[in-house]
Amino acid sequence: MRVLIIAEHDNKTVKLATLSAITAGLVLAPSVSVLIAGDKTDPVCTFVTKVTGVSSVLKAESPHLAHQLAEPMTQLLEPIASQFTHILAPATTFGKNLLPRLAAKLDVMQISDVTKIISADTFERPIYAGNALETLQSLDPVKVLTVRPTAFAPASLSQNSALVEPIPVPSLSSPAQYQGLEATISARPELTSARVIVSGGRGLQSKENWPLIEELADCLNAAIGASRAAVDAGFVPNDYQVGQTGKVVAPELYIAIGISGAIQHLAGMKDSTIIIAINKDPDAPIFQVANYGIVGDLFEIIPQLTKALKDNRR
Amino acid sequence: MKVLVAIKRVVDFAVKIRVKADHSGVETDHVKMSINPFDEIAIEEAIRLKEKGIAGEIVVVSIGPQATQETIRHALALGADRGIHVEIEEPPEPLTVAKILKAITNREQPQLLMLGKQAIDDDCNQVAQMVSALLDWPQATFVSCLTIENGRCQAAREVDGGLETLIMALPAVVSADLRLNTPRYPTLPNIMKSKQKPLEQLSASSLGIHAVPHTKILQVTEPVSRRSGVKVSSWEEFIPILKKVMSCAF
Repeated sequence: MRVLIIAEHDNKTVKLATLSAITAGLVLAPSVSVLIAGDKTDPVCTFVTKVTGVSSVLKAESPHLAHQLAEPMTQLLEPIASQFTHILAPATTFGKNLLPRLAAKLDVMQISDVTKIISADTFERPIYAGNALETLQSLDPVKVLTVRPTAFAPASLSQNSALVEPIPVPSLSSPAQYQGLEATISARPELTSARVIVSGGRGLQSKENWPLIEELADCLNAAIGASRAAVDAGFVPNDYQVGQTGKVVAPELYIAIGISGAIQHLAGMKDSTIIIAINKDPDAPIFQVANYGIVGDLFEIIPQLTKALKDNRR
Repeated sequence: MKVLVAIKRVVDFAVKIRVKADHSGVETDHVKMSINPFDEIAIEEAIRLKEKGIAGEIVVVSIGPQATQETIRHALALGADRGIHVEIEEPPEPLTVAKILKAITNREQPQLLMLGKQAIDDDCNQVAQMVSALLDWPQATFVSCLTIENGRCQAAREVDGGLETLIMALPAVVSADLRLNTPRYPTLPNIMKSKQKPLEQLSASSLGIHAVPHTKILQVTEPVSRRSGVKVSSWEEFIPILKKVMSCAF
């Protein structure tokens, strides 16, 4: 078993989801190789050499790889893919963009959003927004998988010191030009790795009311999430969306405020340890998954709850 | 500029699905079927490009059993000009879909191939990426804003950290995300007119594609469902729960 993990990073730090993909890889083999493709990635490489279970860090450097676009990444991976039995990436927008392109070039099927590794060729994944689970056997010589980060705990750091092996970079071209990233800047914890998430929906009614969510989140050192309705209404940017087609989260505590709980939203948060729901509609489906629910007006409840938490801190 | 849009017929998003008793799959007989919502967004974008005078002909292609033609007619009623139905009985794997779409693309020679970013039944999110690989075309996935000028296409992609912008020379593949647009409803006169629009029927084998399975579905099961908890009467009851989770913060 030779397992390759494709690291997601920004040339400075590795994304936490990569560490979850490493954990998934370690279910398949006692150690894994990690590919770090980018431009001036030394800090990323140094960090990854210390991750438990990593035996080698394959370093590929080129200005064409700076933004890890799917086309040059595929050109890099295609010639080396057959050295591995499994190629994994996190099921983030990065992994989902890249791995199907690579799989098609290798003439193999890609298996998306793996939540459980049953054996070397058999995997479990959610379908229909998580309303069914599919057990799928791959018949291909190379298994190309994206793995759902919430299903695998991030690999830990240890005294490990993996070798960094520079690998040859073929001549690359980027038919798509990177123009820039309009990054969402937030001082709050990152949504997919936060212990606590405060999430708001259509019930907030307008963008002017969104600070109610922010103040409560800040009392709890929480990340902020949103339903599709809240994003479509322009309360928050797209990358706050939790759900089937947004981010999948599994924090210790998820507080759903003014979110009715469409199946598409539940698909993204129902693996949270504790769910608290606040909604004025007693029949809202969110109450079917919530551990604790309260039927009431969020505009009365949230300010009081926030105040009580603030008072408690003093 | 010709635009090819690939669409899929899926179980309607509002249907609460049922897993078959023999665990072979999900029940799709006697269930309301609709166009995959993301594919409808892709069609809407093609129609808007046509209304702006950027796109010329819009061809819509779908792969599936005979009933798939209803979904193609829906796309024609929305404003596509012509339909292609590739008949196949068993649900094809994404890689097979990509191979069929490559064959259709080579036949039709569009400048832009548009698809929804994922189908809401298998949630695979693969076909756009795969077909662009097979065609060796650039790809912009999860697109929420698209402009086309002078044979180039600028696309804003919804990525985990925000919005990423790419510029690609055409021909290219674009997969639509939710916020690209809000699809229109077909009007009654357009539904009537759609019945007269050309709809060609092909088979995968006539395109030289023979589906070789790369995966085997061993079983489909229902997930363990969460039990609903308790309704509390006052928000004050939340405080001890929050305190417990946040114990390090207090």
